[in-house]
Amino acid sequence: MSDTVLYDVPGPRTRRRHRIYGLLATAAILALVGWALYLLFDTEQFTARKWTPFAYQGIQEMLLRGLGNTLKAFAFSAVLALALAAVLAAGRLSEHRPVRWTATLLVEFFRAMPVLVMIFFVFVALQVQPLPALITGLTLYNGSVLAEVFRTGVISVDRGQREAAYALGLRKTQVMSHVLVPQAVRAMLPTIISQLVVALKDTSLGYLITYEEFLHAGKLIASNLDYDLPFIPVVMVISPIYIGMCMLLSWFANWVAKRERRSLKTEGVEVNAAEPGTLLPGSKQQ
Amino acid sequence: MDVLTENFSLYGRGLLGTVELTVYASLLALALGFVMASFRVAPVGSLRAFGTVWVAVLRNTPLTLLFFAVLLGLPRFGLVLPFQLFAVLALGCYTSAFICEAVRSGINTVPVGQGEAARSLGMTFGQTLGGVVLPQAFRSVIPPIGSTLIALAKNSAIAGSFSVTELLGTYKTLNELGYSIIWSFVWIAVGYLIVTLTISALFNVLEKRWGVAR
Repeated sequence: MSDTVLYDVPGPRTRRRHRIYGLLATAAILALVGWALYLLFDTEQFTARKWTPFAYQGIQEMLLRGLGNTLKAFAFSAVLALALAAVLAAGRLSEHRPVRWTATLLVEFFRAMPVLVMIFFVFVALQVQPLPALITGLTLYNGSVLAEVFRTGVISVDRGQREAAYALGLRKTQVMSHVLVPQAVRAMLPTIISQLVVALKDTSLGYLITYEEFLHAGKLIASNLDYDLPFIPVVMVISPIYIGMCMLLSWFANWVAKRERRSLKTEGVEVNAAEPGTLLPGSKQQ
Repeated sequence: MDVLTENFSLYGRGLLGTVELTVYASLLALALGFVMASFRVAPVGSLRAFGTVWVAVLRNTPLTLLFFAVLLGLPRFGLVLPFQLFAVLALGCYTSAFICEAVRSGINTVPVGQGEAARSLGMTFGQTLGGVVLPQAFRSVIPPIGSTLIALAKNSAIAGSFSVTELLGTYKTLNELGYSIIWSFVWIAVGYLIVTLTISALFNVLEKRWGVAR
């Protein structure tokens, strides 16, 4: 019994063949890495002059300020998006047709629109400061994606739970808030956190509307002639930090998914894998 | 309304730019994603590790940072290409990580018994893969690939800020010409809706035709 559908447990001859393939692949990957390193050294990316800016306190503080601004935009848009998502999801699950239609229209529109178009619209057409523009765009987009995640979660709670709650004489709001939502949120927590990773990544769009975030600080250092335009060093410093932050959050989402799957409290509903909320707009799945 | 009729060619060029970016980057992403997925399910450890690192890094990279690194960074290595090609490269590599995950989880939905049955009938690896596993994986992979490609079309808006001709970038020209900014954005929004809803409709048709009710 193998753990994959594609091939059996290999025998001695196959293992030997795989070892040869492994050596060849390792050699190819090492050659690729070596070539990249050669290019870096060849174009003089490791000269002291290009790396001196990072030793100055002023520049370190500027980078930290940028990082702080990134996290600030992320915190605001995450909280507001969750609130908006709760409202929109409640609207889509409402029994009143006009409310349901309005919420559906809003959710579908904001999901089909690139988040950058919303950010630019708020920034250029409404003449708003960069930070509120960025937060508005991220909130509208992630709020409507999360609304759909919440809704899917509530719908996927086992039907017996809802029926039992009504049979006990709970009111509509009580059924929702005491029975359905707690289980739905547990099941959807990994997806919700993954969507927050998307929001964190998208805060870097603030760079395009001159919001002074992390990437913007990097750009200021990179375009400095005094240090011989240290572009590659800047990318090598800021990308591990960005990627690290997002990976940490993604890893947390996976950890939550694993934990919830073992928990007794999620029996009535299937825990989703940690994937960002991606359903085709306009489709009627699940 | 005037904004659209008087600047039809400008909007047309922008829409065409967005469609071109989307199509080329989709093709690159599908090809690369398929290769990476095959690395991730390969029996060779180093290829698996390479695929895993590729996916983990690209999925957690902000696309703006990737654009920044590719469009402004690669020329430092003496690699000078048209900006549009750079944009396709950045978008394609970014999206390939998501395609790879979609394909891999599609392969994982095929029950192990299917592969075992195929092998016990004496099918070779190629026959098992092409005749049994991939046709079934393809069916469950349609919706996630569709939403990934829609995300790609929306992400292509970032390219406009890096001097590539595309739909969102048209607002700058219209602004300079003195047109109502609100209306120019309304027509940009309509353009994006056309692109994303077309992809969505296409994949809904594919899903109806080949998708399975499992």
